[in-house]
Amino acid sequence: MSTLTYSPQAHAVALPLREVLPWAIFGGLLLMLAIYFIGAEQGAASLFKGMYVHEFVHDGRHLLGFPCH
Amino acid sequence: MVGKLLTRGMLVGLLAGLLSFGFLKIVGEPQVDRAIAFETAMDEAKAQAKAAEAKAKGVALPKEEAEPELVSREVQASFGLLTGVMVYSTAFGGLFALVFALAYGRMGDFGPRATSALLAAAGLVAVYIVPSLKYPANPPSVGLADTIAIRTSLYFVMILISLAAMIAAGMLRLRLNPRFGAWNAALIAAASYIAVMAGVSLALPGVNEVPEAFPADLLWQFRIASLGAQMIMWAILGLAFGAWTERAAIAENGLRLKPAAL
Repeated sequence: MSTLTYSPQAHAVALPLREVLPWAIFGGLLLMLAIYFIGAEQGAASLFKGMYVHEFVHDGRHLLGFPCH
Repeated sequence: MVGKLLTRGMLVGLLAGLLSFGFLKIVGEPQVDRAIAFETAMDEAKAQAKAAEAKAKGVALPKEEAEPELVSREVQASFGLLTGVMVYSTAFGGLFALVFALAYGRMGDFGPRATSALLAAAGLVAVYIVPSLKYPANPPSVGLADTIAIRTSLYFVMILISLAAMIAAGMLRLRLNPRFGAWNAALIAAASYIAVMAGVSLALPGVNEVPEAFPADLLWQFRIASLGAQMIMWAILGLAFGAWTERAAIAENGLRLKPAAL
């Protein structure tokens, strides 16, 4: 005699890579660009002239742990 | 599905940003103000010494033009800080969601909540804690202007190596699972990450640009504030994103939580 036990467990099923990769690449690049602007623009490197971005996010840059000055 | 996760991650990032902004506003800003006061005092002392020297020599002091203030301290400490923290946190929320989309179902049989919490813990360690053990956060007046490029490069290189080592450790864990069992495999993987990062930390050049008279307690308070904000951000990302995704997965079955075969 065999008994069947109800198992409420569920298995995690991965999302197909083909579906994830385009998002990961394009989204990833854009989001990293945003982090670059907060962390390093007009400090270590400059895409735009001037110091306005650096000065505006100055406190955040220090407190988020990026090198500054 | 991935688009939905990305939006969700960025929304959770917004929430995490608001909370860590609140924390930094209360705990971090006083330290920034103290550090700037120290910097001003140092600059004034230097200017006075210069003036005294010039007077003793009998030469006129070359006029130094004051730097124009682009952004006032009030704006820096309010909208500037808010913008910085919100953009940073929202971007990390999005990146976190993308990593979740890649890792879910590939790092073992964890549900959305556990996957999210584990990834956030690994993210906090790899992106902030370990890099900052070597290159800690510094308040204003710590750090020379001439070395900003090299300091930034070293910091980003450290983060990249740390992330790569963490991913490699995660994959190693999966490899070792069948042979050593889940517990020992995780321990070996964690030990490998620590060993690699210890080696990298020893190999990379150190940076110490703390002015001699800089108050030690201020440095400590500042770094603790910085760590606190990161812990808040990653905790919210890991817990809120996981809870939301688990609920949604149960409601829509979008993450295809297959019932276990009987």
